[in-house]
Amino acid sequence: MSLRIVVTVKYVPDATGDRHFADDLTVDRDDVDGLLSELDEYAVEQALQIADEAEDAEISVLTVGPEDAKDALRKALSMGADKAIHVEDDDLHGTDAIGTSLVLAKAIEKAGYDLVISGMASTDGTGGIVPALVAERLGVPQVTLLSEVSVEDGVVKGRRDGDAASEQLEASLPAVVSVTDQSGEARYPSFKGIMAAKKKPVQSWDLSDLDIEAEDVGLEGAWTAVDSATERPTRTAGTIVKDEGEGGKQLAEYLAGQKFI
Amino acid sequence: MAEVLVYVDHVDGAVRKPTLELLTLARRIGEPVAVALGNGAADTAAALAEHGAVKVLTHDAAEYADYLVVPKVDALQAAVAAVSPAAVLVPSSAEGKEIAARLAVRIGSGIITDAIDLEAGDEGPVATQSVFAASFTTKSRVSKGTPVITVKPNSAAVEAAPAAGSVEALDVTFGALATGTKVTGRTARESTGRPELTEAAIVVSGGRGVNGTENFAIIEALADSLGAAVGASRAAVDAGWYPHTNQVGQTGKSVSPQLYIANGISGAIQHRAGMQTSKTIVAVNKDAEAPIFDLVDYGVVGDLFDVVPQLTEEINTRKG
Ligand SMILES: Cc1cc2nc3c(=O)[nH]c(=O)nc-3n(C[C@H](O)[C@H](O)[C@H](O)COP(=O)(O)OP(=O)(O)OC[C@H]3O[C@@H](n4cnc5c(N)ncnc54)[C@H](O)[C@@H]3O)c2cc1C
Ligand SMILES: Cc1cc2nc3c(=O)[nH]c(=O)nc-3n(C[C@H](O)[C@H](O)[C@H](O)COP(=O)(O)OP(=O)(O)OC[C@H]3O[C@@H](n4cnc5c(N)ncnc54)[C@H](O)[C@@H]3O)c2cc1C
Repeated sequence: MSLRIVVTVKYVPDATGDRHFADDLTVDRDDVDGLLSELDEYAVEQALQIADEAEDAEISVLTVGPEDAKDALRKALSMGADKAIHVEDDDLHGTDAIGTSLVLAKAIEKAGYDLVISGMASTDGTGGIVPALVAERLGVPQVTLLSEVSVEDGVVKGRRDGDAASEQLEASLPAVVSVTDQSGEARYPSFKGIMAAKKKPVQSWDLSDLDIEAEDVGLEGAWTAVDSATERPTRTAGTIVKDEGEGGKQLAEYLAGQKFI
Repeated sequence: MAEVLVYVDHVDGAVRKPTLELLTLARRIGEPVAVALGNGAADTAAALAEHGAVKVLTHDAAEYADYLVVPKVDALQAAVAAVSPAAVLVPSSAEGKEIAARLAVRIGSGIITDAIDLEAGDEGPVATQSVFAASFTTKSRVSKGTPVITVKPNSAAVEAAPAAGSVEALDVTFGALATGTKVTGRTARESTGRPELTEAAIVVSGGRGVNGTENFAIIEALADSLGAAVGASRAAVDAGWYPHTNQVGQTGKSVSPQLYIANGISGAIQHRAGMQTSKTIVAVNKDAEAPIFDLVDYGVVGDLFDVVPQLTEEINTRKG
C-alpha cells in the first residue's frame, strides 16, 4: 500500500535581504526576494529518505501563498518530490497562523495523506506552531521537533531533543511530524532534478475548492491584529579597541564600569 | 477583576523563572490563576502565591509524562472552561508554544507567540514582539476569542506580590488524542551547574573561531568567572565542539541577557536572531570587518586565545 506523504513548505522573504512591513502591516513581499524557507528543506529531505525506505510512497509538497510561491514548490520538486499543490487566493493576503492552519488542514485532507511533514519553524514568522495547529485540526497525533525520524509498519518514530531530556517518541499513522535542522543536511537539487521538476504536476486550489469562506482567512478574518511595527533603532556605534596586548584587561575595565564585575 | 490563566513550567514542583515573570506580567491585565500539572504540581503553590497567584489549579496523572503535549492541552482547556479567563499566558518554550497552539484552535482563539512584553489595552492585552531577527518591534492583539499569548524568558523582572494561592484540584478528562504520541524513552540531560541559557543574566558564547572542543574550556572559564551560561554558534555546534542545546540563534535558543559576550563569532543573521535583544553586547573577533561589530557596545579586535584568558584572569583577580 502506498504511503502518501504531504510536506508543507512556506515561501518566505530572504532573511539576508532587507525585510520589512507594508502599509497594511503585513510582510512586504515586493522589495525582497522570496524563497523556500530553508528550514523546510529539511522536511523535504526527511520525506525523501522516508519514501526511499518505503515500498511505495508518493510525496506531495503543499504551500499556501501568493503566485510567486510556486518558486518554493519548484525547489522542493527539484529536490525530488513527486507533485505539488499550491493554494492561492487573493483573499488569503494577511492570513495569520490560525487561518493558515485551517487552509493547510483542508488542503491536506483533500489531497489525502498518511503522513504530514513540516519544518520546525518558518524563517519569517518563526512561530513554530503550525505543525501543532494542523495536527489539532486534523485530529491526529503530532510527533514534532524531531532530530531523527523513521517510519515502519504504519508507525512513525523519532527523537526530540529538549532542554531537560532527549525523548524517544512514537505514534501510529496518520500523523503530523516536524523536523529540526539537526535531522540531516538537505540535498542540493541535481541538474536532472531541476529539469525533471519542470514536468512535474503543480495543482492550484483556491478557497472555494477547499470550502473555506473568505471571512475566515486573510487580514480581515485574522484572529490576531498587528497595531504597529517599528524598525528597531540601529545601535549607536560602540567602542572598538584593537588588542595590543592589553585587550582583555581593557575589556575587564569596561565590564567593571558597567557593573558586571 | 478578570482572571488570567498562567501555565506553570516546573520541574517536580520547582517553578522555573519564566513562570514567575509571567505572573508579574499577568498582574498587569488581571488576577493570575496558575495551572500546574504533573508530578509535584501542588508543591508549586507557595512560590506561585508569593508571586501573585490568587489560585493554583493542580492536577497530576501519568499521562503528562508518558505522552506528548496533548494531555496538557486537555488540562488547560478544562481550566479555561472552569475560569473563563481574560487571557491565557504560556512560557515560550518549544513545548509551551505547542500547548498554546492546540489550545487556541480548541477554544477558537487567536495566538501570539514569543511576546517580549505585555500591557493592558482598550481591546484586550497588547503584546510586543521582536521580529525579523529583532530588526522590528511590533505590537499585536488577539482579535478573536480568549487571547492566548506565549511569552519569552527574560521579558519582565520578577516581582514578589503575595496572594492567596489557594490550591484547588482541577477536574481533567483526557480525550482520545491525549495518548496519541507516546514517549517511549527519555534520557535526562546532565546538569552542568551553570545557569539555564535562556534565563541567564550573562551569556558567554563561542563560535568557529574557538576552533576545537578542548578550546571551549577557555569559553567555559570566562563564563564561570562571571557566573554566566555558555552559548555556541551553529558552526561550533555543527563541528561537534559543543552540544546543540547550547546553540544560540534562529534554530537554537533565543537569549536576552543583560550581557552577551560573543567570541570568534562573525554575527550571521541567523545568529543575530537569537541574541540581538541582549542589553549589552560585547565581541572578541580578530576580523575588524566582522558584522558582529555593528551590534556591539564594546568590541575587541584581537585573537580570542590572547584576549579571553587575559579577561578571565583579570575578572578573577578583581573578584579577589
Ligand atoms: C514577523 C511575523 C510575526 C508573526 N506573528 C504571528 C503571531 O504571533 N500570531 C499569528 O497568528 N501569526 C503571526 N504571523 C503570521 C504567521 O507567520 C503566518 O500566518 C504563517 O503562515 C504561519 O506561521 P509561521 O510562519 O510562524 O509558521 P511556523 O509555525 O513557524 O511554521 C512551521 C512550519 O509550518 C509550515 N508552514 C507554515 N506556514 C505555511 C504556509 N503558508 N504554507 C505551507 N506551509 C506552511 C512549514 O512547514 C513550516 O516550516 C506572523 C508573521 C510574521 C511575518
Ligand atoms: C536555516 C539556518 C538556520 C541557522 N541557525 C543558526 C543558529 O541558530 N545559530 C547560529 O549561530 N547560526 C545559525 N545558522 C548559521 C549561520 O548562517 C552562520 O553560518 C553561523 O552563525 C556562523 O557561525 P560562526 O560565527 O561561529 O562562524 P563564522 O561565520 O565562520 O565566523 C567565525 C568568526 O571567528 C573569527 N575568528 C576566527 N579565529 C579567531 C580567533 N583566533 N580569535 C578571534 N576571532 C576569530 C573569524 O574572524 C570569524 O568572524 C543558520 C543557518 C541557516 C541557513
